Amino acid sequence: MEIPGDLRFTTSHEWVRMNDDGSVTIGISQHAQEQLGDLVYVETPEMDMSCDAEQGVAVVESVKAASDIYSPIKGTIVACNPSLADTPELINSDPYGDGWIFTIMPENPDDYENLMGPDDYQAMTENEG
Amino acid sequence: MSDTSTQAPGKKTPLYSAHLDAGGKLVDFSGWQLPIHYGSQIDEHKAVRTAAGMFDVSHMTVVDVKGSDAQAWLRTLLSNDVAKLSDGKALYSCMCNEQGGVLDDLIVYQLSETNYRVIVNSATREKDIAWMQKNKHGDITIDVPAGLAMIAVQGPAAISHANTAVQKMLSDPTGDMLDLKRFSAKFIGDWFVARTGYTGEDGVEIVLPESLVQALWQTLLDDGVSPAGLGARDTLRLEAGMHLYGNDLDEEHTPVESGLAWVVDCDDDKRDFIGREVLEDHKAFGGKHTFTGVVLEGRGVLRSGQIVQLAGQDVGIVTSGTFSPSLQQAIGMVRISKPIVGRCDVVIRDKPIAAKIVALPFVESGQATFS
Repeated sequence: MEIPGDLRFTTSHEWVRMNDDGSVTIGISQHAQEQLGDLVYVETPEMDMSCDAEQGVAVVESVKAASDIYSPIKGTIVACNPSLADTPELINSDPYGDGWIFTIMPENPDDYENLMGPDDYQAMTENEG
Repeated sequence: MSDTSTQAPGKKTPLYSAHLDAGGKLVDFSGWQLPIHYGSQIDEHKAVRTAAGMFDVSHMTVVDVKGSDAQAWLRTLLSNDVAKLSDGKALYSCMCNEQGGVLDDLIVYQLSETNYRVIVNSATREKDIAWMQKNKHGDITIDVPAGLAMIAVQGPAAISHANTAVQKMLSDPTGDMLDLKRFSAKFIGDWFVARTGYTGEDGVEIVLPESLVQALWQTLLDDGVSPAGLGARDTLRLEAGMHLYGNDLDEEHTPVESGLAWVVDCDDDKRDFIGREVLEDHKAFGGKHTFTGVVLEGRGVLRSGQIVQLAGQDVGIVTSGTFSPSLQQAIGMVRISKPIVGRCDVVIRDKPIAAKIVALPFVESGQATFS
């Protein structure tokens, strides 16, 4: 699967998309969902919660294992994907789209620019393999 | 995205390249490179519950025990009593130490009273063989034949697929497997076929020369049998209430403390088997722990190591847990310090989540055994 060019990434395999209103939406990469396998449960963060960069705010569980999802940047949780409660498998079928997990309003909009670009992320996962 | 984690350390089974060809994602499993899944663990699970799936179980250890004292010796070695077997029948048992702790769980097949085949776990292979050698007595030989491979074909349609494949491959079959009763085994040519498994479904486990196993795999594949990985094997066995050595069974607990009192047979007063003193006591009066199933009522997934609580007090631990694809909820086996009925909590990420105590197994014929 092609990595969408408008995304930024973290070393812990979250993707980050900048929205028009300055908020950022977070999910996990195609690579990450593939490693986890069939997802069966997602614990989304509390709304309005403040979080630091690299703070664990959500949990995704596959049949195989549980995995923490980290906030890529400091900010406030402003939305969570309500569909994941009943259909966590959206993360498997559409990781960069309907499988989004939560949205943050960043405290400092510049933080987004410091995240890894798609080419660097692709290179990182290839080196991991 | 290309697969990135097919390089696991460890031994390769004769089906290594077949797993890669089928898109298997290989992981290290007690020193063997085996597929965790071939794409979707849940789809593989469902294939076994509704049709037929096949597992490479070549890592398991085959031990042949032969000699005029074979039966007498196995009656001293195992917690269950092989004297109740007739030729061609199988028995599930534990092998215990003097304290009654479980060294391994296994299946023993009686070919005759002087010829038994024992299949033990791979992770415990060296320990098991050393224990057998150490406790060896009388006229017996203990042989671990080399050059064998093993495929388990499991599911409601497994027997018919397996029989078709074996008939196709063995040009002069000495019989088919359609007459093979549950928990029985026989040789077809030099292939050992047992109507046993680790999924709760009907099916067979076939031990054959490793030079032929790729051809058998391919024949089954061509016939529509789905390859299934270790992941599906675990969810299937857990739904069926079957134990995993190292999780649900260990040397620190007797079979009775792991919910396997039925594999401790004390009916013959004169049978002096290893661990009998402790095991007979636990069977009569109970051990320090009991063992049962739980189903999570709140949201989340049960995992081994999670704490079980009753009214805020720790009472036990989850030994195996997963999300059940058949039931669409989390299930687990728990070892607890006192019998509980009704409800308990399981602590998941510091939060107590409500769970219901249920008897094992969780699933029979694809359906929940509880309401």
